[in-house]
Amino acid sequence: MSIDKSTVSKIANLARIKVTEEDLDYYAPQLQNILSWAEQLQEVDTTGVEPLANVSEITLSLRPDVVNDGNIQQDILANAPETVEGFFVVTKIVE
Amino acid sequence: MSAIIKGATGDWEIVIGMEVHAQITANSKLFSGAATDFGSAPNSQVSLVDAAMPGMLPVLNEYCVEQAVRTGLGLNAQINLHSVFERKNYFYPDLPQGYQISQFLHPIVGKGVIEIDLPSGETKEIGITRLHLEQDAGKSIHDQHPTKSFVDLNRSGCALMEIVSEPDLRGPEEAAAYLTKLRMILRYLETCDGNLEEGSMRADVNVSVRKPGGELGTRCEIKNVNSIKAVQMAIEYESTRQVEVIENGGSIKQETRLWDPTKGETRSMRSKEEAHDYRYFPDPDLLPLVVEQSFVDQLKETLPELPDQKKHRFMQSYGLGAYDASVLIMERARANFYEEAAQGHDSKIVANWVINELLGALNKDGKTLEESQVTAKQLGALVGLISDQTISGKIAKDVFAEMMASGKDPAIIVEEKGLKQVTDTGAIEKIVDEVIAENPDNVAAYKGGKDKLFGFFVGQVMKKSQGKANPDMVNDLLKQKLS
Repeated sequence: MSIDKSTVSKIANLARIKVTEEDLDYYAPQLQNILSWAEQLQEVDTTGVEPLANVSEITLSLRPDVVNDGNIQQDILANAPETVEGFFVVTKIVE
Repeated sequence: MSAIIKGATGDWEIVIGMEVHAQITANSKLFSGAATDFGSAPNSQVSLVDAAMPGMLPVLNEYCVEQAVRTGLGLNAQINLHSVFERKNYFYPDLPQGYQISQFLHPIVGKGVIEIDLPSGETKEIGITRLHLEQDAGKSIHDQHPTKSFVDLNRSGCALMEIVSEPDLRGPEEAAAYLTKLRMILRYLETCDGNLEEGSMRADVNVSVRKPGGELGTRCEIKNVNSIKAVQMAIEYESTRQVEVIENGGSIKQETRLWDPTKGETRSMRSKEEAHDYRYFPDPDLLPLVVEQSFVDQLKETLPELPDQKKHRFMQSYGLGAYDASVLIMERARANFYEEAAQGHDSKIVANWVINELLGALNKDGKTLEESQVTAKQLGALVGLISDQTISGKIAKDVFAEMMASGKDPAIIVEEKGLKQVTDTGAIEKIVDEVIAENPDNVAAYKGGKDKLFGFFVGQVMKKSQGKANPDMVNDLLKQKLS
């Protein structure tokens, strides 16, 4: 797969990052390099090899179903640009 | 509406698949220790994990895993011992992470099957494609301000099971039957409370139409259907719309449509093309989830008796018909009530009393079975009084009304009010004689061939005995005396 300007533009849009026209030219080869490296790795024959999620012998840790967090409304809202009666307030998002 | 639409160019078959989001019954969230209660103050049940503060890490709730496995077993499905959490990326103000942690390629539950009960009394098997675990998003409120939306993150991070069906459903009735059965199974398992109004169970409906037996048509996904009735109405509207589009030379575009309950129509959400580019990838914060077969086996052993098993047992061991059995098993509490009431009494008569009298009376008062004044033992005792001829079926209804009002034992009410059935031949004979003596004209008419007057005599005797005379004995004595 090759990364052209329109692909960079699409990725930027999906990530909600504003990228100028000149920067598209700057990022395209960088992303292309990363992708080429991944493509190179894919040349290795992994037939019969189980996918490896982690190199150390650890398993997913679980927690018991206990309520021991929350009740920090002030902290949660601390960075909100606007609040009303405990709600975050944002620009209207329905069409 | 059936599964077939009669179009201008012939018959069209409605094909439906469902995606049901069921909130898992648990104290805390899927990946954090914040509470999950419905209706709390906004943003009070939010941890720094749920608010997606930088550096916070998700830790999986083991009980939610258990609940998902139990549900999978209840759906007769394959449990995948190895499953993977992935990130589903999209932006929305009520999704602070910018992605939903979900399962994509490797869900915890694979293929299963459930049986639905159709209005005709027949059953049909519906395939379950998969069940996976995922986080819920927060809630946006759009109607409080002209230009702003309000966001509450209390629901953010609550555990959901997404249950996907095969496109095996045909027509609105089967869709309704599927939702009803699925909800019943979840409630029996106590893995989801199935509350459609509070949104703890939500359905997305995939609808397409095709010529019967032909290739599957292009589907539209309908969102915002939050009652079983709405699901049926949305399917009726949407399938008719699709047939019209196709028959007028158009084609169906695969899209998400919103059900508008006030206008009674579905409409395109006009989402941007790229909105569905979710760029799933394994969540680097979470290792694959591995469950042991022994854990699954252990859960299997503790599974309650499920609706279909219970229905068949009720039909076999209590001699009930399919309809009565299906009414009684609709809720676990109701089935338990029935079984307790039927203990030692005529099971068919008890079923009748539970379904027609008790549920009817509770429904009229707007009460649930849990709020019933009458206990299962008391209802059983009432049926016992009818069976041993202490009271007649007619008097029993009066006793029952008194039980509903006061919560007293039926035997005490019968005693206090002197409602005991008169089975003394002498006493009944005396009343019969009185009635015959008081109505010479009617006696003559009856003897002259007006058979219908027999009912009149029975009524008079019952009235004089204040309803307490044994009806069979009254019949016998009257026949004797009037012949």
